[in-house]
Amino acid sequence: MDFLKLFEPKTIAVVGVSLTNDRHPANVIYNKNYFRYPVKVYAVNPKGGIYYKEKVYKSIKDIPEKIDLAIIAIRAEYVPAVLSECIECWVGGAAVISGGFAESGRGDLKKKLLEVVKKADFPIIGPNCLGIYSPDSVDSFFLPSERMVRPESGNVAIVSQSGGILVDQMVKFAGQGVGLSRAISIGNKAVVNELDLLTFFARDDKTDVIAFYIEGFGPGEGREFAQIANRFPKPIIVMKGGQSEAGSRAVLSHTASIAGDYTVFSSIMRQFGLVEAKNEYEMISFCESLSCYPKPINGRVGIVTASGGHGAIAVDICDRSGLEVPLLPKKTQKRIRERLSASIQPIASLGNPIDLTGSARDDDFIIATSELSKLEEIDCVLVLLLPYLPEVTTDVGARISQLYQEIRKPIVAYVPHVEKYRMIIEGFQLNNVPVARSIDGAILMVEAMKRYNPC
Amino acid sequence: MLNKEILGIIKNSRKTGWVLEPDAKKIFRIAGLDVPEYTLAAGADDAVSFAGKTGYPVVAKVVSPEILHKSDVGGVEIGIRDDDRLKEIFNRFSKMDGFTGLFVEEQVEGTELIVGAKIDKQFGPVVLLGIGGIGVEIYNDTAVRMAPVEKKDVKSMIDELKAKKIIEGFRGSVPVNIEILSRMFIKFSELTVELENKIESIDLNPVMCTGSRCIIADARIILKHQ
Repeated sequence: MDFLKLFEPKTIAVVGVSLTNDRHPANVIYNKNYFRYPVKVYAVNPKGGIYYKEKVYKSIKDIPEKIDLAIIAIRAEYVPAVLSECIECWVGGAAVISGGFAESGRGDLKKKLLEVVKKADFPIIGPNCLGIYSPDSVDSFFLPSERMVRPESGNVAIVSQSGGILVDQMVKFAGQGVGLSRAISIGNKAVVNELDLLTFFARDDKTDVIAFYIEGFGPGEGREFAQIANRFPKPIIVMKGGQSEAGSRAVLSHTASIAGDYTVFSSIMRQFGLVEAKNEYEMISFCESLSCYPKPINGRVGIVTASGGHGAIAVDICDRSGLEVPLLPKKTQKRIRERLSASIQPIASLGNPIDLTGSARDDDFIIATSELSKLEEIDCVLVLLLPYLPEVTTDVGARISQLYQEIRKPIVAYVPHVEKYRMIIEGFQLNNVPVARSIDGAILMVEAMKRYNPC
Repeated sequence: MLNKEILGIIKNSRKTGWVLEPDAKKIFRIAGLDVPEYTLAAGADDAVSFAGKTGYPVVAKVVSPEILHKSDVGGVEIGIRDDDRLKEIFNRFSKMDGFTGLFVEEQVEGTELIVGAKIDKQFGPVVLLGIGGIGVEIYNDTAVRMAPVEKKDVKSMIDELKAKKIIEGFRGSVPVNIEILSRMFIKFSELTVELENKIESIDLNPVMCTGSRCIIADARIILKHQ
C-alpha cells in the first residue's frame, strides 16, 4: 500500500460537507485544509450546491481531477457506496472518520466495507478515527484549528488506536519541543493496521522514530508485529492501554494465570528490542531522546552538575534504572582538574558525578562534558544544569550541544523549565540535544537508549 | 518432534480436555526431555514391584480424569520409603473419584523451577520460566518469551529472575546446570510451537534441576477446546 499519497496529498476530497451546519466535522476538515495546507480541496455532498463560493460536488466521480485522499465523514451506512466510487475513479486512499461500524454492533457494515475495498487493495485509515495529520501537508482531524496544539515538524511518527491519546500526545510533543513527522489515528483499523504502517515507516524519509499507542492486536498480529520489529531499522516505542489483567478469570494452569495479556505483551516487546513506555511521561521522554539519538547504548553514564544534591539524586535514579555511573580513572580526573577555572580547581569533585560547585562557569561545564564524552567507558553524558548560578550564561546550552556534533557521544540535559531559562533550553533543543524538565525525566531519556536493543 | 505416538496420545485425551500425567510424561519422554522413571500401577503389587526395581524413596500420585489439580485433593504423596506405606497409599487413592491407577515414580531432588507454555491470542506460542513449586503464583518470579527461544533468550530470562542467585548456586547449594536447562527449555519451546493448534497451555511444575539433570517432576497439558 502506498501511503505517501495519503500522507502528502496534492488533492483531497472531503465527503460530507454540510451547507447548513458549519460545525459539522466535514466542514471543519474542509476549512482547515482549504485555508492552511498546500492542497487542492474539493467538497462533496450528494445535494450539490455552493459552499462559500466554491462548488460542492454531488459525487467524487464529478470532480475533474484525480484525488489522492478522500476524507469521509458521513453516516456509516453510506460509507461503502462512497468507497466504491473512490475505487472506481482511482482515488489514492481514504480516511473514514465516521464511527458506527463494528464498535456499535454494526458488524454487517464493517463486512460490507471490507468487501468493497479488499479486492481493490484500497488503503483505508479507520473507520472511527481522526485520520491523518502530516505537518505542512494535510490535517484530517475534525478539531477546529484554533483548538489544536501543533508540534513542530520533526522526525517522530505517532500511530494510535485512540484519537484522544494521539491529540494529547501532540500537546505534549509541542510542550516538550519534540518534532512530529506524521500522526495517524487508526481507529478500528478495519483495513490499515499497525503492521502496514510499520512497513511504510521503515522507508519513510521523514520518520526516524515510531511511537505506537496500542490497545490490542488482532489474532496473531502481535507475533507478526514483533517479528517485523525485530528487523526494523529505526527505534520503535510502544505504549499499551489496558495493562491491568482481568484477574478473576478462572484459568486451569499456572502459566496461563501468570502470563496474562499484559505480561506477555511487555515481555515480548523487550525480547524483540522494542522500547515500552509504561505511561505518557515515559512516552514523551523516550520519543525526545530517541529522536535525537536513534542508536542503542550500554548504559554507562557520566554525570556533570554544579550541585552535590543533584548528583546524588541522579546516581540513585540511575541505580534503580539499571544504569551504571562508573568511577572515572584517576588520570582523567587529573586532566579535568588541570583544565578547570582556578576558582573551582581545588573544590570540584571529579569521581563521577562531577560536581563543579556553585562557582562553575560555562567553560567548566564544557570541559567536563567534553572530557566525559571522549571517554570510552562512558556511553552518555548527563548534564544537570543549574541556570541560576551567577557564572552560567545563556550560551551554555548551545555550547554544550556543539560537543555532540564534534564527539558524537549522546548528551542529555536537565534544565528547570521556566520561561526565563528558555534560551538555554532552546540552545540545547534547537541543536538536537534533548532537555528534560526533571532529573527523573533526564534519566528516562538515557534509559530509552539502553532499552532500545535491536537484534 | 511430533510423531504418531504423541498425536495419538493427544487424540485420546480429547474427551478429558487435558492429558493425564502418565501420558503427558510419555509425550515429553518421546520428545527427548528428561522425566523420572515411572510406572502406572493398576494394582498395589505393580506399585511395589516397580519400587523394588528403582528403589525407595518414590512418589505416588492419583491418576484420574476427574482430578486436574492432584495436590488440592491430597492425591500426591512424596517420600514413600517402604512397601507397606506404598500399599496403604494405593488403597487410599483408589477410592478417589475416577481413579484409573496409581502413578509411581522415582523421587527426584533439585532446585524447583516452573517451565510453562501457553498459546496467546495476539502472540501465538509463548513460554515461561521461573521459580516453581506450589507458591509459583504467589512469588510470581517468572520470565516470559515468544516461542521458539534461542540460547540468549534463556540467559536473559534467568537474568530477569530475582531467584537468579538460587539457580546459580547460593550459600553452598548446588548450582543448576545452565547448559542443560537451556537445552531443555529450547527443546520445550520448539515442541510448544509444533503443538500450537492442539494445546491451550502446559505446566511443568516443578522441573527439578541439579548440576547434571533437569527432570520434569510434574506435567500438565491443557488441550485446546475443539
